[in-house]
Amino acid sequence: MSEKTHIDVSDFENWTYDMIPKGAVCTDVGNSVQYITGGWRSNMPIWKKKNCKDCLLCWVHCPDASILVVDGKMTGIDYDHCKGCGICARECKYEALTMVAESSDEALAVKKGA
Amino acid sequence: MASIKELSKQPDLLVGGHRLCGGCGASIAARQVLLGARDVEVVAASATGCLEVSTSALPYSSWATSWIHNAFENAAATITGVEAAYKGLKAAGKIAQDKEIKFVAFAGDGATYDIGFQSLSGALERGHDFVYVCYDNGAYMNTGIQRSSATPHYAWATTSEVGKAIPGKPQKRKDLTSIVAAHHIPYAAQASIGNWKDLVEKAEKAFATPGPAFLNVLAPCPRGWRYDSSMTIEISRLAFKSKFWPLFEVADGVWTMREVKEKDVIPVADFLKLQGRFAHLFKPTPSPLLEQIQQEVDEYYAYIQRMCAAHS
Amino acid sequence: MAKITVLAATGNLMVAEALRQAEPDVVSAYPITPQTTIVEAYSKYVADGRVHTEYINVESEHSSMSAAIGASAAGARVATATSSQGLALMWEELHIAAGMRLPIVMANANRALSAPINIHGDHSDVMGARDTGWIIFIAETAQEAYDNTIISFRIAEHADVQLPVMTTLDGFITTHAMERCELLDDATVKAFVGQRTPINPLINGDKPVNHGMFASLGGAYFKVKHAERDANDASLPYIKEIGDEWAAVCERPFDFIDAYECEDADFIVVVLGSATGNVRTVARELRAAGIKVGVLRIRLYRPFPYAQVREALKNAKAIAIMDRADSFGSQYGPLGLDVRTALYDLPARIPTRNYIYGLGGADVKLAAIRQVFDELQELAAGSLDEGLNYLGTR
Repeated sequence: MSEKTHIDVSDFENWTYDMIPKGAVCTDVGNSVQYITGGWRSNMPIWKKKNCKDCLLCWVHCPDASILVVDGKMTGIDYDHCKGCGICARECKYEALTMVAESSDEALAVKKGA
Repeated sequence: MASIKELSKQPDLLVGGHRLCGGCGASIAARQVLLGARDVEVVAASATGCLEVSTSALPYSSWATSWIHNAFENAAATITGVEAAYKGLKAAGKIAQDKEIKFVAFAGDGATYDIGFQSLSGALERGHDFVYVCYDNGAYMNTGIQRSSATPHYAWATTSEVGKAIPGKPQKRKDLTSIVAAHHIPYAAQASIGNWKDLVEKAEKAFATPGPAFLNVLAPCPRGWRYDSSMTIEISRLAFKSKFWPLFEVADGVWTMREVKEKDVIPVADFLKLQGRFAHLFKPTPSPLLEQIQQEVDEYYAYIQRMCAAHS
Repeated sequence: MAKITVLAATGNLMVAEALRQAEPDVVSAYPITPQTTIVEAYSKYVADGRVHTEYINVESEHSSMSAAIGASAAGARVATATSSQGLALMWEELHIAAGMRLPIVMANANRALSAPINIHGDHSDVMGARDTGWIIFIAETAQEAYDNTIISFRIAEHADVQLPVMTTLDGFITTHAMERCELLDDATVKAFVGQRTPINPLINGDKPVNHGMFASLGGAYFKVKHAERDANDASLPYIKEIGDEWAAVCERPFDFIDAYECEDADFIVVVLGSATGNVRTVARELRAAGIKVGVLRIRLYRPFPYAQVREALKNAKAIAIMDRADSFGSQYGPLGLDVRTALYDLPARIPTRNYIYGLGGADVKLAAIRQVFDELQELAAGSLDEGLNYLGTR
């Protein structure tokens, strides 16, 4: 996830037409990290750190850049953007990632913890 | 090639919060290709399509680098205009002589095989220094799974419907990678998101190559191919193992292929049967067309082998 | 003090020279008759090392405008040239260039559109581009094509304009005929056009930007288009200011319109481009015969100078509007529609006749112009109706 601070665009719908940069240019690149797609999930990946070998195959295959990695080691899942596609769990060879229903107790516990 | 741990230290140029479907192959392709640019500044372009609309919906951008979208059929012309500006501005002394920028265009198969074919061919012939990436999901997915010239033989698509009279797309797919190679550009390759090491390696070569480089990346679409979103990488691997999608490259005229190991080879039906777009070939009983498809796949694979043998 | 070289030159050569002097960072172009001698001349400047321009020989006009858009978004000064079918092939890109607010200067050799195929001069092509958001000049002479092209760079690149500009001249008549022309020295022109200072360029060191965003949700598209409309309207004073500044350098007058004897004229012919000379010649004859006639030529077609046109025409008793293009299915030709719109705001209603003339390079003879002026007198007297007429077809 980008650590850059972004312009607040939450009120974009109310911007007057002269507030949008000429030609609809976006000057705050990469600001979609503010846009939450985690709500799309019906299933949720759960990371079991003790099983993880930091092979990063989940990271290289994630369509949503939602596997968090620091210094070559996995640190967690970006649930703000993970859409729950399940690729990471299917690709994991070590049972470090499993999919659970978004409404399950396990998912709720993880979300509470996060 | 850099290790996966090293690669993971690069900043993401395509960040989260984009609106591609869960399990989308296009964003995996774009992320893996961009890893190949290493630490050099990248200016990207996208043709109109899923990747473009989903990463640039005002006021949100998912590109953490300079990026331009122009239209559907002209990603190649557009990025070569940007590249020409870079050269022209350098010649004018308006940017530093040692400033290094890589230019890359991303376009789907519709924007590459079909409507953008001329623009691509012209850009390759002119010899601009850029990488063109086709994320090939074999149909016009953004508009709802209409057939393109990349759609496989007998696949269902919404404009090559399946019925009593016609069993899916009546034509074979276009061999675009070979056509691109026939431009005799420095580097052209076929890759797949199911073989990420091979892909990133090819992307590194493509970015490092002066002059035009082309990558045709198989990037399955869960919606269009009709499979569960978790299967995107697995299906890509099966495309390779079934020989449906040979992984080859043409570097300075030398053809080389990553052969499927004998023990790994699977019948093409094993690749097709996981996809709803081929369901009509399996129900109620397996269609004789499967044999024809197997034959076509084997012939294409043998053709690439012959090219590799002849141009080694 | 500017040094002036007097030479016999075609309009295309004068446009090519203006481009050379403005020295774009990128020129992307595709050849088409009768534009070819512009891009040929430019190729020679590049080959001779007279310009630093990155010259892209694209494979179509669609790619020529596509590459120009990429280059302009990247921050380069950009030019191209086209004509007729080429301009038509660019159609979607014309809207995109303007919508993305990208300064690009494009010369157009005005030529008929197929079908049937025809390579000669008329305004069918440029009129098809009149609603694309481009600023459009239509030159009468080779000299004016030169002047228009030079000021186009300053207009397009002005921080408050940021719109593409089309500098057009009539196919063959102006592109290929030799005229006495004045070429100003390079240093003077370069000092006038200066350098482009791009706003939010793609190539911008540590400040990446995204161009060509998707604006389908939340009404953003509507707002961006509203801003584009404002930018077009607001460009008029900048065009005037820059045109006047160049007029002081080259010592030729500048205005959006060129009103010849209109002030006290009873009968005025409104016209564009190269046919104006013939109209003026007949007007001179009629003036000598004591008939109060005038000629209004419009040099800046977009944004259309409604106020100036209205002011120039307000005292006329009858007006002829000469269109070298048709707008099939509408009541009048393109210029007819615009001029009648301008007249609508006058308290008194002035009768008009709209003449479609010279399509596909058909000759515009003096006799035909005399007929137009004669008919204006009948129109004013009430013995002839208004309406649209094809002039001189049999």
